[in-house]
Amino acid sequence: MKHYLLSIQQPDGGAPAPEVIEPIMRDIGAFNDELRAAGAWVFAGGLHDAATATVVRVTDGETLTTDGPYVEGKEHVGGLTVLRAPDLDAALEWGRKLAAATTLPIEVRPFQGEPDTHLA
Amino acid sequence: MPAVPHSEIERVFREEYGRAVSVLVRLLGDIDTAEEAVQEAFAAAVRRWPSAGLPPSPAGWIITTARNRAVDRFRREASRDDRHAQAALLHARDEPAEEGPVRDDRLRLIFTCCHPALATTAQVALTLRLLGGLTTTEVARAFLVPEPTMAQRLVRAKGKIRDAGIPYRIPYEADLPDRLRAVLAVVYLIFNEGHTASSGDRLAREDLCAEAIRLGRLLAELMPDEPEVLGLLALMLLVESRRATRSTAGGDLVLLRDQDRSRWDLRLVAEGQDLVRRCLRRNRPGPYQIQAAINAVHSDASTAETTDWHQVVRLYDQLVAIAPNPVAALNRAVAVAEVEGPGAALALVDDLGLGGYHLFHAIRADLLRRLDRDTEAAAAYDEAMARTENASERAFLRRRRDALTGNR
Repeated sequence: MKHYLLSIQQPDGGAPAPEVIEPIMRDIGAFNDELRAAGAWVFAGGLHDAATATVVRVTDGETLTTDGPYVEGKEHVGGLTVLRAPDLDAALEWGRKLAAATTLPIEVRPFQGEPDTHLA
Repeated sequence: MPAVPHSEIERVFREEYGRAVSVLVRLLGDIDTAEEAVQEAFAAAVRRWPSAGLPPSPAGWIITTARNRAVDRFRREASRDDRHAQAALLHARDEPAEEGPVRDDRLRLIFTCCHPALATTAQVALTLRLLGGLTTTEVARAFLVPEPTMAQRLVRAKGKIRDAGIPYRIPYEADLPDRLRAVLAVVYLIFNEGHTASSGDRLAREDLCAEAIRLGRLLAELMPDEPEVLGLLALMLLVESRRATRSTAGGDLVLLRDQDRSRWDLRLVAEGQDLVRRCLRRNRPGPYQIQAAINAVHSDASTAETTDWHQVVRLYDQLVAIAPNPVAALNRAVAVAEVEGPGAALALVDDLGLGGYHLFHAIRADLLRRLDRDTEAAAAYDEAMARTENASERAFLRRRRDALTGNR
């Protein structure tokens, strides 16, 4: 088993109208239930807007704190799921389901090492 | 003791490299280690076979030797993690035990190389490297990129297979059509690169054509129910049947209409046509089957003049309808020129946005020449020449252009 990060690539500019977002949230809830039932669930959550982000840097012992996300862009990570899967094909199948639920692109990335090395 | 010439070892390498790597990838679970072990085994063969003679099963010898080298390495570098791998390897049955599963290994490796998580160029490059046994230098040449660039791409692709956990298996039924499309595209790209090399002095690279056809036969054997698999194999066989007549002894390009049809390989023609009939009976036409059918129509005619051009245009209509793409539309226009004349074809060609493609200009030039618009034809030949790196094609275009100005 490996751990995979599924990150939701979300356009900036606030949440869509309630009639749009409600069925999406319902589908994401169903996805999370399916993930738990399959024993693949590790962690998942939605993030606040990228405008709420703050970047901290330390250079030569000096701490610099700045407003805003690290990279300027029209999309940012809006939420993430960490799951366990036997291989990329299985992770991509969960990615397909999450993309269908969120109606957004999903980036699937493997974690380094085996799960027990970073969840000990 | 019979001496084994180096060319014989080379032949074994060409034929068995991919099979050996495929088996070793399954046994070792790692592409790099598998490649190294197989290369060491071939190096051992080069040292041993010339004096000891060819073993009864060269492929079996290579696979067993590679496996033993890998076991030796595991022993030398044994850590606690490797003990399991070592134990598994030692208990793995000797390969090749039977034909079926061994071939299955190669197909698994093709599907692993052609996983949609890899870029198309990486898919083709890896397939050429691992199954075709081409060196990184040769793969780089086929892609017109510097060798370090290609080496980096191959390392990245193998790294992604390992780190992202791309499985080493034929995908499940549900994923198959999607994955199969990539696999067929890769095999056809390999064939096309062999058919007209993108650069270099020679028109064709026979080794690439042979490898693509070998992969096509393998797929057809393992998936006899997929009509597009049969269609691709038929297409490659029919095109391959004309290879001897596609260029002169001096390496100059000869167009289909000027080829000596008595020298076409009739065995390949018959096999290709039989496959076309077999897959068309399924009535699930796809782009490869239709292109194969077009080539079958050409193969039916004993001269260029007796070609059933109406049938060719109808097939192109069907091709453009199910798989719209400008190159297919360009080829359709060539057939239209034979039915309705060069003027009608030129109008179709001019609507296509294919200015970067050398054959677009070459075909325009030919149509303009047939319409006696020599100045425009000459300019089009120049455009075509500027866009091909293949010396044989370029020489052909120059001759055509020179003949033109000579007439004025």
